[in-house]
Amino acid sequence: MAEFRRTTLYDLHLARGAKMVPFAGWEMPVQYPMGVLNEHLHTRSHAGLFDVSHMGQVILRGPGAAEALEGLVPADITGLAEGRQRYGLFTNAEGGILDDLMIANKGDHLLLVVNAACAEQDIAHLRQLEAQGILVEPVTDRGLLALQGPEAEAVLARLVPGAQAMKFMDVAEFDWQGVTLWVSRSGYTGEDGFEISVPEDRVVAFAEALLAEPEVAPIGLGARDSLRLEAGMPLYGHDMDARTLPGEAGLGWSIPKVRRTGGAREGGFPGADVILDELAAGPARSRMGLRPEGRAPIREGVGIFDAAEGGAGLGKVCSGGFGPSVGGPVAMAVLPAGLAPGATLWAELRGKRIPVTITPLPFHKPSYKR
Amino acid sequence: MLKYTEDHEWLKQDGDEIVVGITAHASEQLGDVVFIELPEVGREVEAGEEIVVIESVKAASDIVAPVAGVITAVNEALPDAPGAVNEDPMAAWFFRIKPASVDLSGFMDEAGYQALVG
Repeated sequence: MAEFRRTTLYDLHLARGAKMVPFAGWEMPVQYPMGVLNEHLHTRSHAGLFDVSHMGQVILRGPGAAEALEGLVPADITGLAEGRQRYGLFTNAEGGILDDLMIANKGDHLLLVVNAACAEQDIAHLRQLEAQGILVEPVTDRGLLALQGPEAEAVLARLVPGAQAMKFMDVAEFDWQGVTLWVSRSGYTGEDGFEISVPEDRVVAFAEALLAEPEVAPIGLGARDSLRLEAGMPLYGHDMDARTLPGEAGLGWSIPKVRRTGGAREGGFPGADVILDELAAGPARSRMGLRPEGRAPIREGVGIFDAAEGGAGLGKVCSGGFGPSVGGPVAMAVLPAGLAPGATLWAELRGKRIPVTITPLPFHKPSYKR
Repeated sequence: MLKYTEDHEWLKQDGDEIVVGITAHASEQLGDVVFIELPEVGREVEAGEEIVVIESVKAASDIVAPVAGVITAVNEALPDAPGAVNEDPMAAWFFRIKPASVDLSGFMDEAGYQALVG
């Protein structure tokens, strides 16, 4: 069996009774004794602390770093103000998605946060910018925490006065007991919250300080998945991959006008011809929400059909499960774009066709502080 | 006296029927149960036949018939409140099965089951 990497918080997870599972080459907590369902609900009503140290943090430095990164990512990065963060995609020559990422403008550098499973590949991909004089520096000495939920602001402001002034997608640095925290007001749960990068030697102390606050409970990957699913957020490797066009993945919104056909900085990223044609014509297929009838979860891989019997296969569920805040099963699938919300389709589960209703995403409305 | 199967079911004899549920160990391994599909009353089943679908937040699994027989009753409250399996697995019975004759001597007792799950 392959060796799994451990985050600095490994012992803390064990001490808190976490069940550890392999995830993207790391050994990560899937749940704590509270259980996935209650961890999910706790995050929606209080504050949840997630160890996301497995995610890749990368700094890009050098004059023209934003322009250079626009050569790999179809987003408006040169127009990203200092102290702000933006979502983007690495694309390939075929127009597929190599990874999704967050890009923060921190003044004299850009800070990128990428998926754990793609981090190595992303860093290799970014190194091609070195030819343009850009320094690519993987951050290997910091852990990353996410504090998410309606009480996250009050908790963080208690430890880090001033954090409450941040707005959704702001980034800032704060001092906590002599160490510099890199904070962004963002996350992947559909809740208000923060992601906090902490020097490795103090990440346990900072996590313990957060967990000592009465609102905060540690939350595992199980609830992280159901939270992002209810929030309609795609997960790389499930809802999109190297063969998924941005429009199909429902991520066309991340490509602004300025990078599209007729824009001032049109194209200039891998797969631009395919991607811009898709956006101009409208995607042939698109990621949609599905609400199955009854209580049975419809999970990844389940086929979606246009009839209760026979009929044509329209696609497969890319993410699905039980939505604790919705109180029932929820799923997402990439389906022909002509289908409208409210339409009934059928999911084939254990040989039976179950009616599912196309539902606008998200299933659970986000509560960001804008 | 309760008996246990290697599939982590508990069995309780009640006259000529057996009441079947899953153990606390099984419910912990499953995690929060969110969906249960029970067999039809009157169905004739083989030993080892998958007759209950149980889904947790994490995964789907099955519960098998511990013996051959006829399903005489199911716990109709469970599909509407599947969390009962996590709250009190020994009370949350799934179905009653009537075999040709009840003989639980081949199943594990409490000590044997505890040794299995360690």
